[in-house]
Amino acid sequence: METPLFTYTLRLADTALILGHRLSEWVGHAPILEEDLAFGNMGLDLIGQARSLYTYAGEIEGLRRDEDALAYLRDAPAYRNLLLVEQPNGDFAATMIRQLLYAAFAHPYFGALSKSKDERLAAIAAKAVKEMAYHVRHVSEWTIRLGDGTDESHRRAQAALEELWPYTGEMFEVDRVERALIERGIAVDPATLRAIWDRTIDEVLEEATLTRPRDGFMQSGGRSGRHSEHLGFILADLQFLQRAYPGATW
Amino acid sequence: MYTQALNTRDQAAPSADSEQDARFQARVDAELKIEPNDWMPEAYRRTLTRQISQHAHSEIVGMLPEGNWITRAPTLKRKAALLAKVQDEGGHGLYLYSAAETLGTSREEMVDQLLSGKAKYSSIFNYPTLTWADIGIIGWLVDGAAIMNQIPLCRCSYGPYARAMIRICKEESFHQRQGYEIMLALCRGTPEQKQMAQEALNRWWWPVLMMFGPSDKDSQHTDTTTRWKIKRFTNDELRQKFVDATVPQGHYLGLTFPDPALRLNEKTGHWDYGEIDWSEFKRVIAGDGPCNRQRMKQRRAAHENGAWVREAALAYAEKRKARERAAYAEAAE
Repeated sequence: METPLFTYTLRLADTALILGHRLSEWVGHAPILEEDLAFGNMGLDLIGQARSLYTYAGEIEGLRRDEDALAYLRDAPAYRNLLLVEQPNGDFAATMIRQLLYAAFAHPYFGALSKSKDERLAAIAAKAVKEMAYHVRHVSEWTIRLGDGTDESHRRAQAALEELWPYTGEMFEVDRVERALIERGIAVDPATLRAIWDRTIDEVLEEATLTRPRDGFMQSGGRSGRHSEHLGFILADLQFLQRAYPGATW
Repeated sequence: MYTQALNTRDQAAPSADSEQDARFQARVDAELKIEPNDWMPEAYRRTLTRQISQHAHSEIVGMLPEGNWITRAPTLKRKAALLAKVQDEGGHGLYLYSAAETLGTSREEMVDQLLSGKAKYSSIFNYPTLTWADIGIIGWLVDGAAIMNQIPLCRCSYGPYARAMIRICKEESFHQRQGYEIMLALCRGTPEQKQMAQEALNRWWWPVLMMFGPSDKDSQHTDTTTRWKIKRFTNDELRQKFVDATVPQGHYLGLTFPDPALRLNEKTGHWDYGEIDWSEFKRVIAGDGPCNRQRMKQRRAAHENGAWVREAALAYAEKRKARERAAYAEAAE
């Protein structure tokens, strides 16, 4: 049976892995070489976070599933990542905006989680918070350049914001699983981060001359396993070798 | 990764023996480094610009065949390692372009030469990566061959290139060990994995030997670059060193090299190998390798799709400068 702590840790791990996977798709194809390297860096941060979290999740579960068993041998409905991070890379603006929306949340989130009563989660978060600070800085700079650059870059950045905005609500949702952990001082209550996230986003968008979209209907479901069509394709890529050669050691 | 530009001869006639030339050669002979602001013969500048930029291009194009497998790497550890490796290749490209820029050609010009097809890159990257074993092979053999070529370049007469090579060689030898470790895991794995490893070696062995360039008997280009201490060993010398180092490693893996003529020569102590199919080498260099068109298409697509991003960054930088100037003028009033 899944314990709340297992589910919670898995959600964090899946979100980090899927976003890291998405960023890694850019390497070799970025608009400038420096950004190939930056995507590599950020992708490595996220995959590193995922690995620590999966390892811990496996230990909590106690069924001898290691990081690879959890990443490679679960199908889409068992994945618990945010819908935001599985959205396609789109153009450079869409990738940057997706990263901004997530990092502006993840940075204070890991900051708060580093004070968790669960020591392992606190330690993982203490490392991640430094990484996410860099992501916020890097993608904020790009959002400003794109928003306040040319007409075309402004248009693309604004379009990306509109497209991705409906996926931001899910970050702040709390379900029964998390409520119990929040009450025990283990999980972070995202409601406490709302104001910080709003401020970061508003400041960056203002400097970027972009318009914050109005909050409309928010998509959700990723964290309970109801995903968009995109995740299946990601997993088909990600899991191919493990599925084609069951039981092999690599 | 590595360049085959060493095998291209500079077209210009060697300069007359001027006093400057003689002083330059004396410095080189004394193993002193030539630095960007030092006088150098134009042909030396051109040769190095071509070699270093093509070396940079090889790093950049080389990101594509390996990049193919980042999303499909079989474990999270392998995925992180491959992502970091491909990122390293990009970093090598970056400092090689910087080293070449010290000779007076901008990165933009060099990139344009790559995209227009005027500049070349290593022929090896025109071969496809079809299975995960190819990632092991690229680390073990392609990076291994690159190291053989590059270690002598750490002593190259041109300072910025030599210093870039020292750093690159350290990372490449790490990649080479990582690649060999992938091969080891495959060869100790299931029969299917072992077969995957063997099949990759069969496909890559000869193209890797071609990385060292034409045989010495067909390549008479080395005189000037040797005198300038850019190139210190001949193609065949480096190729032999590579074969001697690699064959025992392959045998340790339990793999067979696809060369019936390969045997240890008791007299020389070297591994003799069969005749390389130079027609294939020429064909791939000329543009008809399995992936030449795809590689260039992908590079051009990345460049073209990114044009609006580069324009935006430029436009933003200019706006910012203008605002700072305006603020400064206002404050001064």
